[in-house]
Amino acid sequence: MTMKPGPKYSAAVLWTLMILGFALVPVLMSSSYQLNLASHVLVWGLFAVAFNMLWGVTGMLSFGQALYYGLGAYFVGLMVEYLGSAWYLPAIGIGMLAVAATSFLLGLLVIRVGGVYFTMLTLAFGQLAWQITFKWYDFTGGDDGIQGITAPGFLQNPIAYYYFLLVLVMLSMWILKRMAYSPFGLMLRCVRQNPERVRFLGRRVRRNQLRVYIVSSLFAGLAGSLMAGIDNSIHTDMFFWTTSGEVILMSVLGGLNQFFGPFVGAVAIIIIEDIVGAWTEYWSLIIGSLIMGMVILFPKGLVGELHHLKLRMMQLKARRSE
Amino acid sequence: MDFSFFITQAISGMTMATLLFLVASGLTLIFGVGNVFNFAHGSFYMVGAYFGYQLVAIWELNFWIALVLAGLGAGLVGMLAESLFLRRIYGRVNEGGFQILLTYCLILIIDDLVKLIWGTEYKSLPRPKGFSGAVTFGDIYLPSYNLLIIAIGVVVVVASWWILTRTRPGKIARAAAVDREMVDTLGVNVPLTMTLVFGIATALGGMAGALAAPLRTVTPGAGIEVIIDSLIVVVLGGMGNFWGAWLGAILVGEVNAFAVAFVPKWASLFSFLVMVIVLIFKPEGLFSPRQVRKV
Repeated sequence: MTMKPGPKYSAAVLWTLMILGFALVPVLMSSSYQLNLASHVLVWGLFAVAFNMLWGVTGMLSFGQALYYGLGAYFVGLMVEYLGSAWYLPAIGIGMLAVAATSFLLGLLVIRVGGVYFTMLTLAFGQLAWQITFKWYDFTGGDDGIQGITAPGFLQNPIAYYYFLLVLVMLSMWILKRMAYSPFGLMLRCVRQNPERVRFLGRRVRRNQLRVYIVSSLFAGLAGSLMAGIDNSIHTDMFFWTTSGEVILMSVLGGLNQFFGPFVGAVAIIIIEDIVGAWTEYWSLIIGSLIMGMVILFPKGLVGELHHLKLRMMQLKARRSE
Repeated sequence: MDFSFFITQAISGMTMATLLFLVASGLTLIFGVGNVFNFAHGSFYMVGAYFGYQLVAIWELNFWIALVLAGLGAGLVGMLAESLFLRRIYGRVNEGGFQILLTYCLILIIDDLVKLIWGTEYKSLPRPKGFSGAVTFGDIYLPSYNLLIIAIGVVVVVASWWILTRTRPGKIARAAAVDREMVDTLGVNVPLTMTLVFGIATALGGMAGALAAPLRTVTPGAGIEVIIDSLIVVVLGGMGNFWGAWLGAILVGEVNAFAVAFVPKWASLFSFLVMVIVLIFKPEGLFSPRQVRKV
């Protein structure tokens, strides 16, 4: 907020650079592998930013957002599988409605308990969904997942799909950013910092928590349904607890208190995963140690520490010019 | 349903309950004393199982010695993890989230180390000598190893009760749970107490892992399954409530055993169902005093 040219201007520059950077990927990169990587970054980035609305902004650490991510993906996958690929786009919408309904009902339940309980309950429900998907072989394909999910019409072209993805992801991020800095977003920060005072002000803590839970889940669901079209397949792992863990790691790596922190974390983790995964299968050992060091030594995350450094430099400069 | 079938299922449920209790009691103890949620607790169970496998199947040690050593080994790993990593984030703003994160990293690290050392294939352990058969009463057939586990569970319950209520270290631990600073002021080394509690709790978890190894296969993914079941137990009993954990474990174990008998495919859903019902009607846990509801 203390940037020199005024926050509006620099934010616009940031958005332009980000959108331009991603828009140029299909032009500059020739291989489909890099396009695929960029698509993964976009989807995971959206998922992580949506997750951070819960944790970084409102202070609710959910370990079960994979439930909604998987739900979004399976709505698309199952509808395309049983009804045909014309249902691809409607399935995204229907999936989001289903996510909204599910997160409303589950939210009523899990928000009754706070802190660690909330985290563990969301984990338990996520694993429940995973188990159902895993065991209901006749309907969901169980461990085999669903292959051959193709988008209709011109979206079959990977580059067209990539731009479709880019537009939806950026639009969602913009909505989330507007929301994070709206009066509603301020209320969420108050809920994190001092729920008692929120009550004294006559606002409802649980109702706001439920709202942000639904919003975050909605975009997690959207991310999942978009993912179905990237690899043209979905798998029960999308419901698994490690998927929920992944966005937590991304948020911490990038920085919890910055809106774009989780997005940067998603970029970093996917790139590290790509590099490390090429030469060892013990990739979670490495990322686990990395994040552990991060939590102990640099709890602000990449973007947060950079921001902090910038502030320090500016203070130093101001002191020198005095 | 005849009587012998009922007894067999009940014993199988009690076996699961005992193993769950050994893990969940440690979880609830750490939470009660140090207000730490050890998400990696299931990984110590897994470490104990692998230690048991290493000692019995590879080094061919006596099962009973191996059981004790596996527990001690897991406890040692737990104490190291607590004093090297967890201790550094106590008292930080938003500590709860960071605890979960740090212990999540521990899961990632321990799971991969286990794969690195022992490989990803399933391991199994033979039952100890003298406990491979079954005890029969008329037409009731009871595996003697299961009875042994239940007996060990009863011993642990009684011993824990005695330590927590009748001995000085137990009283210190309980006092630290109520008011950490006051205990500190009285000259007790609270950080050391916390490390010891962590060690005892993870040792119990590790012992459960080694005990369970002959019944279940030993796999790198065992930790997360156990932590979720233990979590359900702890939610049922009330977080930090030692006796609640015991009763919660029995409830989950029995529900599971009978669900397996009637609807094997969907058995694992029933304990979730119990948890959901409890959460709707008494979110503070079945066996904890009812709290004043906030508006």
